[in-house]
Amino acid sequence: MTQKKDQLVIAGKSYQSRLLVGTGKYKDFEQTRLAIDASGAEIITVAIRRTNIGQNEGEPSLLDFVPPNRFTYLPNTAGCYSADDAVRTLRLARELLDGHNLVKLEVLGDPKTLYPNVIETLKAAEVLIKEGFDVMVYTSDDPIVAKELENIGCCAIMPLASLIGSGMGILNPWNLQIIIEHAKVPVLVDAGVGTASDAAIAMELGCEGVLMNTAIAGANDPILMASAMKKAIEAGREAFLAGRMLKKLYSASPSSPTQGMIS
Amino acid sequence: MNKATSMNLKINGNIKSFDDNSMTVEGLVTKLNLLGKRIAIEKNGMIISKSEFQNITLQDGDQLEIVGAVGGG
Repeated sequence: MTQKKDQLVIAGKSYQSRLLVGTGKYKDFEQTRLAIDASGAEIITVAIRRTNIGQNEGEPSLLDFVPPNRFTYLPNTAGCYSADDAVRTLRLARELLDGHNLVKLEVLGDPKTLYPNVIETLKAAEVLIKEGFDVMVYTSDDPIVAKELENIGCCAIMPLASLIGSGMGILNPWNLQIIIEHAKVPVLVDAGVGTASDAAIAMELGCEGVLMNTAIAGANDPILMASAMKKAIEAGREAFLAGRMLKKLYSASPSSPTQGMIS
Repeated sequence: MNKATSMNLKINGNIKSFDDNSMTVEGLVTKLNLLGKRIAIEKNGMIISKSEFQNITLQDGDQLEIVGAVGGG
């Protein structure tokens, strides 16, 4: 086979896997590790939080189970409701990860729905990009906002499929298609995927990748679901590259020869 | 309280008293059993790089945020 390698390229770096996974909501760190291994993900998101002070010294940490030298850490700004908080969090993340610039920006607008606040997101993106961050940005599925984030300099646009943690799947494939069609940077679906077919549909639409957490961690068997998602992403990508047949109401050309019928 | 020999620091939102009033950031990190751990520290709103831990002396009333990476989506 002389096929060109199909890789995901973000901020100049290539990745084999188009599945990006979160590290939250698992039963324990061992389950986190096993699920991430089964997913084949190379980029994993982490949150930045206050360290426990004066707690057990030997307490295990996420980093022991998913070491930063084996994965690309994508620090997020989950829980931030203003541009200032998000920027502050990611400056700390960069210090924490020894100057690592690739980050996931999300600024939320409402604690009940976790819907993104795109106004604050735009403000934060502008500051972060000036400071040299490579910003993968979580946003709504509004094509105009997506384009604006790209114009500011975000290295990947990550619209929601549906609300964070909802598992509702892709509610507006048409908007996603418009975003994908107009973007010159990778578009990844972030949030809302519920099961393998949702991930496959996202990839068939032409997404460069999918970021998910709850769809895996919230499954009855997270490790098996991680494996399912890996296959769905690969299948969806191949189907997209292959180019699907046209949809027809019915076919006037049967798949089997019309000649040589016995009579 | 004798101000000359002790100080209060607000760490991650909680006030803690220390006997030492000339402690460096590195000294604090050691005292909190966080030496060698992957953390980042902000003092009064400014990030302190790891290379500066030993050079910066803490003062009574300093506000510190000490953060690490945890699981998240």
